This record gives sequence, structure tokens and C-alpha cells, in this order.
Amino acid sequence: MRVFTAVIAIAAGILILGGYFLQGLFPALADVQTLLLNWAIILVGAATLVGIFNLISVHTDKVRRREKGSTYSAILVICLVVTLLLGMILRPDHSAMEIVMNGIILPSEAALMGLLTISLLYAAIRLLRRRTDLMSIIFLITAAFLIFSFATLPFANIPALGTVGRWVTQVLALGGARGILIGVALGTLTTGLRVLFGADRPYGGN
Amino acid sequence: MIELVILVVSAFLLLVFTVWKRRSPANLREIPALTRLYRTLGLSMEDGTRLHISLGRGSLLDARGGSALAGLAMLRHIAERTSVSDMPSVTSSGDPALGLLAQDTLQAGYQAAGAEELYVPTTGRVTGLTPFSFAAGAMNISQNENVSANIMVGHFGSEAALLAEASDRESVVMIGASDDITGQAVLFANTQDALIGEELFAAGAYLSAGASHVASLTVQDILRWLVIITLLGGAAAKFLGMI
Repeated sequence: MRVFTAVIAIAAGILILGGYFLQGLFPALADVQTLLLNWAIILVGAATLVGIFNLISVHTDKVRRREKGSTYSAILVICLVVTLLLGMILRPDHSAMEIVMNGIILPSEAALMGLLTISLLYAAIRLLRRRTDLMSIIFLITAAFLIFSFATLPFANIPALGTVGRWVTQVLALGGARGILIGVALGTLTTGLRVLFGADRPYGGN
Repeated sequence: MIELVILVVSAFLLLVFTVWKRRSPANLREIPALTRLYRTLGLSMEDGTRLHISLGRGSLLDARGGSALAGLAMLRHIAERTSVSDMPSVTSSGDPALGLLAQDTLQAGYQAAGAEELYVPTTGRVTGLTPFSFAAGAMNISQNENVSANIMVGHFGSEAALLAEASDRESVVMIGASDDITGQAVLFANTQDALIGEELFAAGAYLSAGASHVASLTVQDILRWLVIITLLGGAAAKFLGMI
């Protein structure tokens, strides 16, 4: 079984890569690639349902065992089932579903976003206590400088601050970000190749 | 055509170095976060606490799949090492397909350790499908389930700050790596030893996951030098008016 799954995974990977690179030579590969990607999208859709049932199963289990925080788990399961049923019966574009979306889900996410601002500020304050090194000092000075250079100051804006701030973000930060992204891309390439060779098997193989 | 050449050269190098690294021991530089990760695995077994491995919300159908696969490779070895612990490791993810693969990977780790009967399917969880719902669900794990370390490897954006905040409140060790620039900045500010850029993909090699992981690092180094030479060569050619 493990060999079988590995053969399917490797063959699918090679066919999709072939569809990208060799469709000029073998036009049929492009069709195979589209077909396989469509199957993948359908499977991901099915996986979403499995994920929802996993969420329900985990939290129902917590409620049954009366674990710490089981009240929240009960609320989550009830809300999830009610929203799922309402969505299936009324359809997502019904006004009641819009109320659920605009009145509960979006404000909750917005509240977490607000909380995030406080968390980030608090993290910056604690950074030097956690790790006192040159990089942390540069990180904090840069962050503080960029806030001042782009903020509207009460007395008057200093044009030079904005110019230097733009230079920092568009030259230094952008260059650094590109370097990091190139590193991540190389890591992604070798990780993908390991999966393609069957060295890593995140699909049930040892 | 250039992409195909890069792919074929990388594949060839990876094969050659995998064979080579099987014969010679790996010589890796020290990455403090990964040293801490290695130590954390042993400590959690000894003090009867569990590890929370969060794989982020990277979809396998787009460019973020690389970090998700790197997280799964690391999970496979952590699962094998901690499978006989009283408190099994818990994984969380924000993508359903990744959640399924995480369960499968956990089970494979238990099988490899000869402890398949100890595998609990609910230890692999999808905690939410949007960034903040995923973070809210994952925060709940580190606060309520006797977790001693949060290991975050995958695609995380700014929501990583909420997870870090929850870890800090519970005095839980946190090791984090993301392929997202915002996520990396947040994790840099929130963790004691941050993993930057491609260090995310090095975890497998440092956890002795096999010769192919060490070979990957060598291939990445070679490709990085090629990119540097190309960039410098391009800049010099432009300066001299050749292009």
C-alpha cells in the first residue's frame, strides 16, 4: 500500500510538472495537468468537510470529558452546527446568513485584529527583555523610526524623515525581504523535490 | 526553459548529495532555535507535558505548500520520538487538506515507533479556516492542554502574535518559523530564538530526519551562491553597459 501511494504521488507530481514545462512538446500533458488539478480542488473541498467534522469531534470530546474550557467548546459546537444548518437550509446569500456574517463573524475577527495591535506593541516593549542583542536593538530602532517618519506629527512634518523612511522601506527592507523570499523559494524547491523523489512522504508512508 | 534547467540541476544535485551524505556525517552550523527544539523534545517526555505543533494555514495547492510540507516532515520525526509519551503531541492547522495530512503523518510516526495503538486521531486538528479563527483555536490548545512547548512551523501571518502572546502568558516555550515576511517579523519580536528565511526548511536536517534533508541544505547553499553570482554579474554587466 505504501509503495502504491508513493507511486501515485510521484506520478501525479511528474505529470503536473510535465504539464508546466513540456506542454509545447506534448499538448496532452496540459489536459492531464488540468484534470489532476481539478481533482485536487474537489478533494480539498471534501477535506474541508472532514476538517469541520474533526473540529466538532474534538470539541464534543472535550465537552464529554468535562475538560478545562469545555463551556467554550460547547458554545463552539452549538454555533457551528446552527450556522451550518442555517447555511444549508437558507443558502449563504440569505439575509439571515448575512446578519450572522456581518454581525458576528466579521466583528469577532475585527476584535482579534485590534487585540493583535496591542499584542505587537507589547511584544516590541518586551523584546529587549527577552533578547538583548544587536539585531533586536536595530529592529526596535528601525520600527520606532518608521512609525515617526510616516506618522502625522502634531507640530509639523519633517520632510527629511519621510524621505529617509521611504528609502529604508523601499531599498533596505525591500532588499532584505527579497533575499529572505529567495531563500524561502530555494527551500520550497528542495522540499518539493524530496516529496517528488519519495524521500518525504506526507501521505501515509513511512 | 530556464526554470526546467534549474529544476533538473537541483534534482540532480539533490540525488548526488543524498548519496554522498549517507556516507559522510553531517556538519551543521548551530541554529539556537533548532538546538532548543531538540532539547524541548526530550524535556517534554521527561516532565509529562505535551508539545503543540502548529503547521499554519498554508494551502498545498499554492506557493505556500512548501512551508506546509517542511512542517509535515518535521512533524513526522517529532511524532516518532514523542509517540510513547504519556501526553501525545497535538497538531493544529488552518487548512483542511493540511489537517488531514497532519493526521496521516502523526499516524505514520506512531507506526514507525511501533506504537500505533497509542495514536489518537483527535490529536491532529483543524482549528479554524480563517487566519484569526485558526489562531483562536490554536491558542486554546496551548492554554488548556498541559502544553510545554509551542512549535510553529509553516505559513503564519500577523496572527502568529496572538499565539505567541498565549504562549507567553502560560510560560510555554515557543519556537516559530514562517515563510511569510510579516509572520517572520512578528515571530522575531515574540520568540527567544527566531528562525529566519530558509532556516524553516532546515528543521528536518537538525532532527536527524535523513540524508536527503542534509543534502537539501547543501543544494540550497549551492543555488544561493549561484543566485548571488548571477545578481552581482547582472549588476556589473548593467554598470558596464553590456545589457
